[in-house]
Amino acid sequence: MAKQFLKGNEAVVKGAILAGCRAYYGYPITPASEIAHAAAMYMPLTGGTFVQAESEVAAINMVYGAASAGERVLTASSGPGISLKQEGVSYCAGSELPCVIVDIVRGGPGLGNIAPEQSDYNQVVKGGGHGNYKVIVLAPNSVQEMCDFGMLAFDLADKYRTPVYVLTDGFIGQMMEPVEFPEPIEKIPEKSWVVKGTDETSDNLITSIELDPDDLERHNQKLQQKYAIIEEQEQRAEEYRTDDAEIILIGYGIVSRILQTVVDKLREEGVKVGMLRPITLFPFPTKSMTKLAKSAKFFLTVEMSNGQLVDDIRLIIEGKIPVYLYNRMGGNVPSIKEIHDEVMKLMRLS
Amino acid sequence: MNTILKKSDSFYDVYERRPGADKLTTTYCPGCGHGVLHKLIAEALDDFGVREKTIFISPVGCSVFAYYYFHTGNVQVAHGRAPAVATGIKRAHPHSVVISYQGDGDLAAIGTAEIMHAANRGEGITVFFVNNAIYGMTGGQMAPTTLIGQKTMTSPRGRTVNNEGFPICMSEIIATLKAPVFVERVMIGDTKSTMHARQTVRKALKLQIEKNAFTFIEVLAACPSNMKMTPSRSRQWVKEVLADYFPLGVKKDVSGEFERKDLSRMVVKNSELHDALNIETAKVDSEKIAPYREKIINEEIKIAGFGGQGVLSLGTVLSEMSMRHNYEVSWLPSYGPEMRGGTANCSVKISKKKIGSPLVANPTILIAMNRPSLDKFEHDVISGGLIIYDDSLIDRKPTRDDVDVIAIPATKIADELGNTKAANMIIVGALIEYKNLMSQEVVLESLGDVLKRKNLVELNQKAILRGAEFIKNLKK
Ligand SMILES: Cc1ncc(C[n+]2csc(CCOP(=O)(O)OP(=O)(O)O)c2C)c(N)n1
Repeated sequence: MAKQFLKGNEAVVKGAILAGCRAYYGYPITPASEIAHAAAMYMPLTGGTFVQAESEVAAINMVYGAASAGERVLTASSGPGISLKQEGVSYCAGSELPCVIVDIVRGGPGLGNIAPEQSDYNQVVKGGGHGNYKVIVLAPNSVQEMCDFGMLAFDLADKYRTPVYVLTDGFIGQMMEPVEFPEPIEKIPEKSWVVKGTDETSDNLITSIELDPDDLERHNQKLQQKYAIIEEQEQRAEEYRTDDAEIILIGYGIVSRILQTVVDKLREEGVKVGMLRPITLFPFPTKSMTKLAKSAKFFLTVEMSNGQLVDDIRLIIEGKIPVYLYNRMGGNVPSIKEIHDEVMKLMRLS
Repeated sequence: MNTILKKSDSFYDVYERRPGADKLTTTYCPGCGHGVLHKLIAEALDDFGVREKTIFISPVGCSVFAYYYFHTGNVQVAHGRAPAVATGIKRAHPHSVVISYQGDGDLAAIGTAEIMHAANRGEGITVFFVNNAIYGMTGGQMAPTTLIGQKTMTSPRGRTVNNEGFPICMSEIIATLKAPVFVERVMIGDTKSTMHARQTVRKALKLQIEKNAFTFIEVLAACPSNMKMTPSRSRQWVKEVLADYFPLGVKKDVSGEFERKDLSRMVVKNSELHDALNIETAKVDSEKIAPYREKIINEEIKIAGFGGQGVLSLGTVLSEMSMRHNYEVSWLPSYGPEMRGGTANCSVKISKKKIGSPLVANPTILIAMNRPSLDKFEHDVISGGLIIYDDSLIDRKPTRDDVDVIAIPATKIADELGNTKAANMIIVGALIEYKNLMSQEVVLESLGDVLKRKNLVELNQKAILRGAEFIKNLKK
């Protein structure tokens, strides 16, 4: 197996290309810029196209065009740029266009800073743009997963005709780890509904407009049914040392890597603690969560935001057990010691 | 006019997509310029035999439902974004004929950036820009092209220069750009001007079909309903008033000398993809690394110095070499809050076990290449840890007495080797020798694969050997 040492931001591009993606449209922003750099380097060399768009608004609309035309297409940005893309993501969702958007989250609101945060959770996981839609959200926590989810995202996008996000933080984008690259996929799936400038596709229409309220309601119901199937079939989560765990730490992205170390440390001290890492943020891993809530005394969610993931967990747990939050913001990262001490404090309380 | 109003093959016979009972007429008001322009376009697509190849982009505005009528591939898009969408489509299917059809609100207000940049890139598309000096769809608000003094719902006392500025002349602006091949403003006014518009539409499409040229056709057109005029009166107004402010004519035409733009993409076989992506297999020499198989290793290394001292690459080289010893490894650059304090630094974790947090708060090994780094990180090192510092640059000794300390004049030795920049590899050599972290042979052999600048491999190999030698002499 080919192992290469590289950055998360580069791995996601190589993964995407191995998954048959041949178009990248984006606007640079730290800490996501290496994605644009890698795409600019490799798209043309692999028979693809790369455009540095005039804005994120333009970029997502180029994505809309490429997806309409049947390409596997990628774009990437960070908070401020994702805000700008939201209009286009809503159109993609409405027109049921598969595409992949990478969000390497930085500190906000406003210009914030370029340090890692997880404060885009709400604007990504809750749809973000206007209308009744959701998007699949994958949350990698390693460079290997940046590659793997770069591939998986395209499969899910095509399978469900939906935009898929790869949502992670500046750390996972910036760090380097060894990656095993798989072989490229044989061929991207045939899509009969796209426009290709051919006779067979000249009756095809890509649109999100439905003037008649009944038609639009039907369209929305169809979307909701699709989301229900996704919720049923695509939940993914990693459990770490949860077997006999009385305390469950929950976090995604870089936080889950820190939590893993915290769990090991606490286990050495004899504390029965485990970790749940949501891999899909939509669909939310409700199955693992409800299962773990049956045996756990409490959950502690650790986030680099004002507590956005924790809201969803509390909705699922409905007060059955306490769900606590430990969070940092502004680009500060919760340390192993901080989390360790928080667990000890909560144990004394409960 | 009859000939051009005949239903063409590029229109559907029956407008099935149109809701309601009437499936035969368009949604456009009598006298509206959109209907006429649609016909001119459809007729040209027929005549050039490109209906099947055509992908028509409907904007937001009165022509939002152009897809009711055109029997072509159809894509309906967000307000103002048609040229960006067209970019994505044309690049996916260079053989197709892509039409971006837009109103004046769509193109000259909300979509100004998209049209400017698609034009500036010279995308191989045809833009039809319907300038009716008003927002039709939303009920007659002011457009960027509304004339001075013209009353609209949002300029009820007439547009003033003071408050709204001047009507914007898009064709003239687009014509200043280098990439557009053909830019003309025409009108749908009387029969003569419409017949001329017909020729212009054909020329523009032909230039896309034959040469992938970017062309931009502005069409002055009437909106009788919002102007509250009869169709004939509104056409008169277009001719006499609108065309007076927006001069008709060719604004740019370099179609003669323009050479066909090649939009084809490279063809790369799947079997060539790993090479094209520069995916290399890091060689692992299992025999040579055998002595390290049982080694228990759990290092958390902080490497810090000035930018330019090669601290980041010191970290990546160590990491690459660790990977070649089948160790788990992660590398994290100083980033975000870590960047405070004027030092560049990176964190490397090397372990036999899967690595949790890649962050290093309490290093087992600190490599300090300058004084601020030693000052900043000395007290974070775990008790029993190791501090390696460059004593040719750092003028004080570490104060800790519970850690191992190696003072190595890395910069001085590097200067002796003829390149200050090799100081980081001297430290690599020293570290792996001191800690017996890995096989020096493997490190030396792999250096060529790991370093980007191949002309520096030999120098850096020497540096690694010198670093190791320094430690051997210490141990003696
Ligand atoms: C983002 C956004 N803002 C506003 C609107 C509302 N809107 C629809 S059409 C339109 C103006 C269209 O005018 P124009 O482009 O001149 O086309 P016409 O209707 O005159 O053909 C506006 C403002 C919208 N659909 N989307």
